[in-house]
Order: sequence, then structure tokens, then C-alpha cells
Amino acid sequence: MHSYETKYDVIVVGAGHAGCEAALAAARMGCLTLLLNMSLDGMAVMSCNPSIGGLAKGHLVREIDALGGEMAKNIDAAGIQFRVLNTRKGPAVRAGRAQADKQLYRLRMKRVLEQQANLHVKQGEVTALHLEGEELHGVDTRSGIRFLGKTVVLTTGTFMRGLIHIGLINYAGGRAGDLPSLGLSDQLKSLGFEVGRLKTGTPARLDGRTIDFGKLEAQYSDDPPVPFSFSTERITMPQVPCYIAYTNQRTHDIIRSGLDRSPLYAGVIEGIGPRYCPSIEDKVVRFPDKERHQTFIEPEGLETVEYYPSGMSTSLPIDIQIAFYRSMVGLENVEIMRPAYGIEYDYVNPVQLHATLETKLIKNLFHAGQINGTSGYEEAAAQGILAGINAALKVKGRQPIMLGRHESYIGVMVDDLVTLGTKEPYRMFTSRAEYRLLLREDNADIRLREIGYSVGLVDEATYDAFCRKREQIQGELERVRVTRLSLNPEEKSWCERHGCADLQKGASYERLLRRPEIGYQQLREIDPQVTGLPGAVREQVEIQVKYQGYIERQLEQIERMRKQEEARIPSDFDYKAISGLTSEVREKLERFRPDTLGQAARIQGVTPAAIAILSVMLKGRGEQ
Amino acid sequence: MYIRDTIAAIATPLGSGGVGIVRVSGPDAEHIGRKVFKGSCTKNGGGFESHRLFYGRLINPPDGSLIDEGMAVLMRAPRSYTREDVLELHCHGGYYLVRAILQACISAGARLAEPGEFTRRAFLNGRIDLAQAESVMDLIASRTERSLSLAQSQREGHLSRSLTALKAPLIEALALVEAHIDFPEDEVDPAVFAVIETRIASVFAGISQLLATFATGKVLRDGVSVLLLGLPNAGKSSLLNALSGTDRAIVSALPGTTRDLIEETVSLQGLPVKIIDAAGIRAHHADCVEQEGVRRALDKVSEADLLLLLVDGTVPLSNELTDLVTSLAALPYLLVVTKADLPQLLDVSAFAAPLGICSVSAKNRVGVDQLSSQIYSHFVQSSAFSSDDCAVISNVRHRDVLIRAQQSLNAFAENLSLGLPPELLALDVRAALDALGEITGETTTDDLLDLIFSSFCIGK
Repeated sequence: MHSYETKYDVIVVGAGHAGCEAALAAARMGCLTLLLNMSLDGMAVMSCNPSIGGLAKGHLVREIDALGGEMAKNIDAAGIQFRVLNTRKGPAVRAGRAQADKQLYRLRMKRVLEQQANLHVKQGEVTALHLEGEELHGVDTRSGIRFLGKTVVLTTGTFMRGLIHIGLINYAGGRAGDLPSLGLSDQLKSLGFEVGRLKTGTPARLDGRTIDFGKLEAQYSDDPPVPFSFSTERITMPQVPCYIAYTNQRTHDIIRSGLDRSPLYAGVIEGIGPRYCPSIEDKVVRFPDKERHQTFIEPEGLETVEYYPSGMSTSLPIDIQIAFYRSMVGLENVEIMRPAYGIEYDYVNPVQLHATLETKLIKNLFHAGQINGTSGYEEAAAQGILAGINAALKVKGRQPIMLGRHESYIGVMVDDLVTLGTKEPYRMFTSRAEYRLLLREDNADIRLREIGYSVGLVDEATYDAFCRKREQIQGELERVRVTRLSLNPEEKSWCERHGCADLQKGASYERLLRRPEIGYQQLREIDPQVTGLPGAVREQVEIQVKYQGYIERQLEQIERMRKQEEARIPSDFDYKAISGLTSEVREKLERFRPDTLGQAARIQGVTPAAIAILSVMLKGRGEQ
Repeated sequence: MYIRDTIAAIATPLGSGGVGIVRVSGPDAEHIGRKVFKGSCTKNGGGFESHRLFYGRLINPPDGSLIDEGMAVLMRAPRSYTREDVLELHCHGGYYLVRAILQACISAGARLAEPGEFTRRAFLNGRIDLAQAESVMDLIASRTERSLSLAQSQREGHLSRSLTALKAPLIEALALVEAHIDFPEDEVDPAVFAVIETRIASVFAGISQLLATFATGKVLRDGVSVLLLGLPNAGKSSLLNALSGTDRAIVSALPGTTRDLIEETVSLQGLPVKIIDAAGIRAHHADCVEQEGVRRALDKVSEADLLLLLVDGTVPLSNELTDLVTSLAALPYLLVVTKADLPQLLDVSAFAAPLGICSVSAKNRVGVDQLSSQIYSHFVQSSAFSSDDCAVISNVRHRDVLIRAQQSLNAFAENLSLGLPPELLALDVRAALDALGEITGETTTDDLLDLIFSSFCIGK
């Protein structure tokens, strides 16, 4: 093994969505960083759907942006259709989603990585961690180079022992067209990590020249398209539509006829797949009464004829695939360019992680992305940036950051992972966030910009712009509190026009804005000062005023839980010495080793009684 | 690390009971047992057999002097109330004897238990959950058999089970709302809110049903007070004795706080009833009622849950009696005509008797049982407590929590009709769920625990 002469601060293994964010974060924080990928043409590849965002996922993208990450800017530059979902619901559950030009997305990220100071991008397959005793010193590659580094971030995606299934045919692969990564997971297992098996899948890619789009319903971009990044002023890419198609009874019959050759139903696949993103055969079997299933036919890019039929992933054999796709209206003559497949891969139980994403077993080793049992580009990237930040902070000898459930979706996800683990690929949902009304896309910068700046990831210019915005919001909140209606004839007729003739003289603008029928749109008619405010500031003020009661309720809840969240459990805490715990609870606590009482409370099977005991014990310990 | 010492306390009420029990819990329980108890089991260095009652002598360890004859039982961990070794020493009742046994245990190495410490240990050792711990507190405070069985059924988890059943449709409703939010493009049925409304309504009704048991539950736990009002010689004392004798369950006989009132707690069909004899209305001179006494008795009327007006059936209507009835004005009372075994000279049609008339003879025990069931049914609706295994709310905190849950569900219904977005509706459902979780102990805080444990009475 040849030891490479450069010694790195941070080595990131894998250049998927997690690895890219991790490497950029560490390098931008001033750490000499190495990013290794099996192929340099395969960085930031969107292996499955050609889109970023959606409910809760869009929230994650905004949070990554607020912390100083790249994903939002990348999709803003490569997005070819932008939509805001749930516009008829409240601001907390609105989320952006964008279709991406896959190749453009990948190439732009590659360029950003290549131009980043302190960052070396190299091709290489990591086969083992280089350890001396229990100390991590770097990584070894298949081509015989040893890279030395102080910290390592593993982002292996679906590559660790990847096994591709198409019908009953299966072969080793990290992704269609790519080799798997072998060796690493065996070593992790021998080090004491609990390595499990998960399954995911992707639909076929269809030739757009053979689709009759005239028979399908088109769905267009919002106009104007709303960008993801707080720094993007406008979207400049041309916007193209998606199309909606449906399965029918014949489709379902064809699918049923192929079930005996489905690796899923034949028991060939041992890994557990996601319930929220079932394969089409799963949908047909589990919901036999449903007459049709909907699919969005999404473009894979501007320069390609490939289309992605969402929700139609399958591991059925290729003849069944061809037949069932062609059974759908509009797809009668469709040509499959890439077959659909299922893939099994190794992941490591995330309960073996601290909330910093550093492993509990090996110091200076961080895990991010699908290796932790998650699914989705956004989930991966969000963990990537957190792991990159904490690896860099570790190198610098600074305290790690841990994001709370009350301040970010990233915090919710990481806490879920490290306290509950996961049995199926973990995807973010807004319902996972108990403080959902506070964790909105629109205020991600207000929640996280300060943290991104304090770790050194957000640059001065961006931070200054943020501070200005924050001051304007505060100023405007104060202004609407003190400005009052004089109820002159102009205002009086305005009130009558907008259905609030009951308003008294002296009512504050804040009170006006609290009414469902009044927004800045209406207020500007009597209040010329509104025009001078940036739209983002108006939006924040309007939301904060309108939802004040609800927001305050959630803030109170956070306050109530704070004591429990902040109660730290020493890492050497002796659970055996507590006679009151049942053996099941004790076993759980010893296995998970939670960092805080809050984490302990969320571990499944840890009863409220056990938490009460622990809290008494921790108090006793503190008093001694 | 936290070291458990051994605690001791008197487990039976202090007073004139026939048997007194001192309870010891902790790792030294057996050791202490050997020091203070000498019986066949401790001869020749032998040990206590777990869960077996032994006869022997209770002694004072410093000098070995005899305190009493008695029995001892050791319940080895974890098969005991606290899941620790528990020793119980049974001696004759009486304040001084029981105190002496407790003192012996303390000089043998035990520490006097703090209020509620036995139950705290049971809770901390995972023996009982929070709702059970609270009901133990009620159990200790319960005064009669019926309230005892109420507390016991709660301890066995009836309430927790009822709440779990109520939580299921709530969780289901919440899941529907959440699906509607998180999967905007997945064709979630738009009729979903009609389903959610039905679920919420059924939970609301379920909570109402539980809340309806509160009045009964509280009555059974805390008991009620009944004021006996009447002229001297109307037969109040005889009636009091007759009622007490019904169940032979005098729990306490305390002199009233003023010289004019006598209180006695009796059990009527399991309902703890405090009977107050308003002895204050007595003839000051031969022919006039003392106005001050009447006023004082009438003050008591407002504190009592039920007023019994006793009249002597053998005496015709007198001016004094007319005055008394007049002074009662519009107050509802149950008219009790006494001495029914003798010729009746009183014209009862002169009384309004808003709660009815009952004729009794304390001497022959005629009508006493009817009176007792009339009092019972005045407080306890038979339908609300028809089955012994239904959950009954008797704890104020439980009631408050249920009311909060209902308020959240009301808010949900209102916000739904206002057309508020689903993420706000979800908040209401979640709040209701969290509230229910507070009883089953799923969402608890340190403050709550402190409050619960500080209100336990000593010894359990």
C-alpha cells in the first residue's frame, strides 16, 4: 500500500449528494479535504427521480442553503420546472419542488467541487478504513493508495454490496452501469457496527419520442418559478412540463401475471423497501380495489429524450415491464431505454451514531446519507453538510453542532435516526416534526443562518444580507404594531371594501393583518410604506402576525421540553447500577447510549417510568 | 451511585383498629426482621420463607424486651409491592404498640419513610405506572369498600385501558390529516375530513362519558356530608346510631369542631357519608328556640351536601317547628318523620318536603334501610356506576386533563368549520392526544411527578 504524501484533515468517501455537501462544507471551513469517488463522471448523480424537493424535502433543501450548502443553488441553476406544493394550505406545509436537468445538475456540482479551494477531488474505490488499533488514520483504496486523514466521512449510498434485481436475474452493482463497493461493509461489521440490508428501486426510463403526449395531461411550472436558495434572485433556465398518466385494469393484470417472477414476492430480496415509495407491483397487490394508479412522466433533461415515470418503480422481469408500460394510455408504443430495477444494499444501524453523526464506536468516523438508512437526495445532502461541518469542527478542536428538533428538519431527522433507528429507508415527512409550524421553508434562514455563519460556512456578504433582512423584519413588525387606523374617509371605504367595517379607529395594522381577508396586498392600498419592503420581509411579517397564536403555543411546548432535552447523560453512565429498570429497557439504553434524557425518552420501549427513574438518578448524580 | 436504604412506616391507620401493621422495604428488610421478630422461622439461624406468615414475638432489639405477640411475613424481591424485599410486622392495634414496633425497626437500622415513599419506590422500580401510582394515593385515602374498589379498578388499569381505546381513533384521525398534508399529489380522498370529523366526534363522546362519571367518582372517593336538623328530642341521636349500625362501619367518631356539632362518618351501601348532627338547635328556655343556634346550624347547611329535617311524628305541629321550617325557606331538604312505631299525631302535609318524605323508627329499625338507600341514590346515579369494571374518574387532575382534551377537540371542530388549514387542525388533534397521554404517563414532566409524590400520605 502506497501512502500518499498529502495528509488530509477530512476525507469524504463517496461523491453523491451527501458526499458533495460534506466535502464542500469541510473545505469551505478551511480544512484540507479529499473527496473520493469510484468514478469522477458519477458525482452528484441523480440515480432515481430527476427532481429535488417536495414536502419536507424542500424544507431540508432550504435548511442546507441556510447553513451554507450547495444543493439549493445547484437545483436553482439546473431546474427545468419549479412548483410550490400545498399552496392552498398554510405556509408551514408549503414546499418547493423542482425537476432537474440531470446532466446539468451533475456537471454544475462537479464544477463547483473542482473550483473549491482546499478540496482535492480524486477517483478511487475505498476498500477499507485504515486503523491503528482503534484509532482512525485514513482510508485504503483498491488501486493501492493509502490516504491519511484526521477524520473520515463515509457516504456509501447504495454501493456497499449493492445487488441489482431485474426479475429473477440479479447481479452485483452500485447502480445500473456502476460497480458495487466491496470489502468496506465486512470491515465495518468486524468493527462492531450492525450492518443491515435495505432495498429500493427505480422505474424504467422511457423514450420520449415514443410517448403520445397529446393523450396526457400536461403540468406546467409555476410562473414565475420560485427558487430554493435564499441567494438566488431568479430562475433563468427554460421551463418544461411534466405529464400525468394512469395505469388501468389491464396494467394491473399484466403486473399480477408476472408476480411469480418478482424477486420481491419470490423471496429473493431480503432487504426491506420503503412503504411510502412502493413498487408498482406492491401497490397493485396491496390495494387491489384501486382502479388506477397515477404517474407523473417527468423529463430527465433538456438535451435528452429520456423520461422518468414516477411511482412506477419495479423489479419485475423485463418482458412484464415492457407489456405493462405499453398498456397505459399514451404509452402504447413506448420504448424502454433503461429497464427498471430493484437494488439491495448494506446500511449501518444509525443508533450507533451521536447526533453529530460521528460514530459511537470509532472516533473521527462520520456516517452520512443512505449508509444511515435514509432515502432521498435531500435527506442525504442534509446529513452530508452536518457531518462535514462536524468533521471540520473536530479537526479544529471546536465543539460540534447538534441541531435540535425545535430548530430544523435536519435535527428531527438525525434525532429520529439516532434514537429510533430505522427498519425501512427513512424519508422525511412534515408530520415527523412536532414543531412543524415553526420549521417552515420561508424561515429556514432565520432558524439556521446564524449557525452556518458561526461555524464559518456562510460568507460575510451572505450573512450581511441576512442580517439586513432580519432587521427589516423586526422593524416592520414594530411598525405594524404601533401604526393605527385613523379611519379617515379613505380608510373607512377601504374597510368596507374588504369586509371589515367593524374595525374601530385606533386598530393597529397588526390587527388588520391578523384577519384572514387582509394581507399586504390589501394593506398597500392605504399604506404606501409597504411598497418599499422586499417581498421576503413582507412574507415573514405576514406569517408571523397571522400565526402568532399558534407560533407562541409551539414555543411554549419547546420551553416545557427544554429541561429534558438539555439533561445530558454521561457516556460512561452505568445503567446496570439502576435496579429499577426492566432488563428490556436497560438493554435498550445500553445499546443506544443516548446523549441526553430527551433522546432517551424517544427510544422505543423506554417507558415514561424509566425516564422518571433516569431523571431522578441524573439529578442525584448532579447533586453529589 | 444512588444507594437504596431500607425504609419503615406504619401501614395501618393510627387509632383503635384491632391490628396494626408496620411495613419495612429495602435490602435490609430481612436483617431487620431477624432483629425485631423471634419466631420458629428465625430459630437455629433459619431464614424467613418468602410470602409465608409466621407467628412469634416482637421484641425491642437493644435489650430484647418483649413488645407484643405478633406475626411477620417477608416478601422477597421482586414479588412485592415495591419490588424490593418487604417485611410486614403485624401486632395488636393501638397507638403505642404500633409506634413501639416502628421504633424497634428504626433502631434495627431502618429509616422512617417519607410521605409516599413506598409508592415512589414501586413506581421507580417499574412496578406500577403513573396512573396506578395516583390511584394508590386514592386507595390510601379511600374510606369505604366501594371507594376502595373504585381505586383498585383504576389501579388495575381500567382508566388506562379506556384512554388507550379513546386514543386509537384520535391517532387514526391524525394520520388522515397528516396524509392529506404530506402527500398532496397522491390522490388522498377529499372526503377524508368527513371521516376525521366522525372519529373526533366519537372520541369527544367517549371523553364526555368518562367525565360524567366524575361526580360519582368524586362522591365515592371523598364521600358526602349530610346534616341532621331538628328540634331537641326529634330523634337525631337514635337515627344516627341506627344509620351507623346499618353497616357497622363507623370509621371515625370525632367530636365536632364546635361544641354544637357532632360529626360521624358512616358507610351507606359503600358510600362514605359524614353525618353532622346539628345539635345547636335546642331550647334555650322552655318555650323558645335559640336563634343563634338556628343561625349557626343554617350556616352548616350550605356546607352539607344533603339536609335531613327530622320531626317527631308523635308530637303535633308546634310553633317552634313552624319557625324552624320557615327559617329553612326555600332550602331543599328530605323530611324524616321519626318514631314511626308510635301513634302519629303530626300532620306531614304542612311540610313542603322538596326531596320527599321518609318515615322511620330507629327503635324497630323500620324505614332505616329505605332512608339509607334514598340518601345513596340521591348522590349516585345507578346508571353511572352500573358495572364494577367500567372506568370512573375520581381524580381532579384526570378530570382537568380530559377537559383539556375536549377543549382541543372543540377547537378542532371549530377550526375545521372555519376552513383553517390542515396543519393547524393537526395541532388540535395532537394536543388532545398529548393530554390523554398525561394520564397514562406518556407525556410527563418533573413538576408533575414532584406534585404527585409530595401529596402521598405517609407509609405507602
